[in-house]
Amino acid sequence: MPGLVIEREILIEAPAEVVWRTITEPAQMSHWFADRVDLVVEPGAHGYMEFGDQGGPVVVEIVDPPTRFSFRWNYPHGEEPVAGNSMLVEFTLTPVGDERTHVRVSESGHELRDWPDAERQRYADEHLDGWVDFLERLARVSAELRSG
Amino acid sequence: MTARADDELWSAIGDPSRRRVLDLLVGKGGVSASWLAGHVPFSRQAVSKHLVVLEKAGLISRRRQGREVLYQVEADRLDQAARAMTDIAAQWDQRLGAIKRLAEAAHAETQRKRYLED
Repeated sequence: MPGLVIEREILIEAPAEVVWRTITEPAQMSHWFADRVDLVVEPGAHGYMEFGDQGGPVVVEIVDPPTRFSFRWNYPHGEEPVAGNSMLVEFTLTPVGDERTHVRVSESGHELRDWPDAERQRYADEHLDGWVDFLERLARVSAELRSG
Repeated sequence: MTARADDELWSAIGDPSRRRVLDLLVGKGGVSASWLAGHVPFSRQAVSKHLVVLEKAGLISRRRQGREVLYQVEADRLDQAARAMTDIAAQWDQRLGAIKRLAEAAHAETQRKRYLED
């Protein structure tokens, strides 16, 4: 999917099943994500996340224990999160031996909604450079522009 | 807390073809829409649309020079964009760090109980 993608990874010294519970159980989610999570972890389930005095709706997409979990959110707006108005957060858990788990999270957003599909796909194929490269370039260029 | 890039900025940079336009502007500075259209694989009309979005997001500005309108990047806003994106990545690093601590603590607790039971 074209658009901005942020990807981060971490290696955790615990089995995938344990990490899975930490990531998906609403009570646990409130320790690492939102202040309050009201969510049933089932594909298509609608929930709500609160951050301080703000919050927003969440829709669960993929639940495939203990390896894949994804949801859409469009905090801080109140609209129903669907493709095109929201961020898709995807967790991928990969067991490393019996005791460790590699976790990758990606957050992607805002597709090219104004474009016909064929064009969209072509541009996506042509510009697979990730946002991180772009970010680095931006940071470099803005530093140069400043000092110049 | 969830400081995030504002929507206009996010969606302006989120589009690969707009990044292409922005890239060209960063490299050249002060160029016309026609010049840009000659350097991207999409139409002049598409270039114009992208310029409007980028300008609305404050990433570029225009100035008139004779009969031409020239576009250039806005360094401050670009810098702000870069920092906003870094913040989002840093937030995920923090969240992953918290998940790691929670999962490892839960795992250690399970191990301890198992050890006591044995």
